[in-house]
Amino acid sequence: MTPSKTLKAPLIDDNPITVQILGICSALAVTTSVDTALTMSLALTIVLVAASGIISLLRRLIPREIRLILQITIIASLVIVADLILQAYAWNISQRLSIFVSLVVTNCLVLGRAESFAMHNPVLPSLLDGLGNGMGYSLILLVVGILRELFGAGTLMGVMVLPLRSEGGWFEPLGVMLLAPSAFFILGLLIWAIRTWRADQVEADEFTLAEEVR
Amino acid sequence: MARSSLLHRFLALSSDTRARVFGMALAVSAVCALVVSAAYVTLSPRIDANLAAERSARLDAMIANLPGLQDLLLDAGADNLESVIVDLRTGLAAVNPPDVLDSEALIASPETSTELSPVDDLAGLKRRPDFAEIFLLSSGRELVLAIFPVYGQGYQSTIKAYVALEGDLNTIAGFTVTEQGETPGLGSKITDLTWLSKWPGKALLDEAGALKIAVVRGQAQTDYEIDGITGATRTGNGVSAMMQFWFGPNGFGPVIDALKAGELR
Repeated sequence: MTPSKTLKAPLIDDNPITVQILGICSALAVTTSVDTALTMSLALTIVLVAASGIISLLRRLIPREIRLILQITIIASLVIVADLILQAYAWNISQRLSIFVSLVVTNCLVLGRAESFAMHNPVLPSLLDGLGNGMGYSLILLVVGILRELFGAGTLMGVMVLPLRSEGGWFEPLGVMLLAPSAFFILGLLIWAIRTWRADQVEADEFTLAEEVR
Repeated sequence: MARSSLLHRFLALSSDTRARVFGMALAVSAVCALVVSAAYVTLSPRIDANLAAERSARLDAMIANLPGLQDLLLDAGADNLESVIVDLRTGLAAVNPPDVLDSEALIASPETSTELSPVDDLAGLKRRPDFAEIFLLSSGRELVLAIFPVYGQGYQSTIKAYVALEGDLNTIAGFTVTEQGETPGLGSKITDLTWLSKWPGKALLDEAGALKIAVVRGQAQTDYEIDGITGATRTGNGVSAMMQFWFGPNGFGPVIDALKAGELR
């Protein structure tokens, strides 16, 4: 793959959330507002790039039997450092993200890229792959975050966009947008829209339905 | 050179030999431990400062939310909230209080803390600091409000809180949690305003004068019970134990006696 393809493929064609359906838990939890979605995206992207780089650098040294535990140790250390940095320099947002930054450790996306890409590729492509996947994850988080904050609270990044009826405007906020299920609805609609546009992403049926069921 | 040849020999080992497996496991853990510790040591002063700011903001918010208190403060002059450092061994104002009143710093030294026997140690503190900073608000000669800092072991973290009592030193005027690391979405609800708003008006003591205040499972039935949080029974138990300890004889009990006898003001 060319470097630009490594970088761009995870945005739409091989997006970690909408195609591989990874990282859903955090995509539900942190997207009630744009600023938390943005902070989480940044934290995950930085951890993913650093983890891919380090693991790719060590790929010839890591023994096969203990490769998963070593990858997790490296990823966990990076996550703890990222969490500490957030607590030191972005206290309020780190309180709102609560455990979801620490849970990046268990995000299949990070370990998935380490295991399937960084362990088999040189450092530079691995860094690009990490960056591309981080951006693919961020893209979806931002879209969901923008929709939920805009329609759930009438604001974007805390700035009033749709004037609320309770404050003399016309917009009645949709409370459901602030609840976790709305993220499922938005993700589902998003996946439907993308697969309508990119029909090659549609998975073949695992079995055919009987005639009378159709 | 011996060292480089050792390294070369290590690198030349087939990736699955036992020496290589142990060597890599050790090296990766050592480097990761070093990085994490270094980050913690460098960043903890800033994190502690953030925590302290959060704590005082929450105390201010609790005071601002106490009904009628704003008017009292305006009447009495805003600086009338008096800070008193008390010695929990005597219940009186401390004679030579230490400079740092952080509970972790106090319990580190036997001179500023007392070991608790397992029977007395309701809140899981192991050692109790001998000094605490309380806040008193008086109107004329009469005590109107007293604020006490408390802490104790919750389900998976240390819970720190302020309890504000009215002038009778029995009715709770306000309760606010300043620090906790309970399960997000369950135990962490102890910081929600809806739960905190269940506290004002409750009493520490029952009709017979026994210390009864507790977070119960389900709905509160009496004046000294607080509604529990579904899915956070052990967090509620932790809060109950914390209240039982701090308003009992080994906590602020002597201080409250002194306040009632007028010996502290």
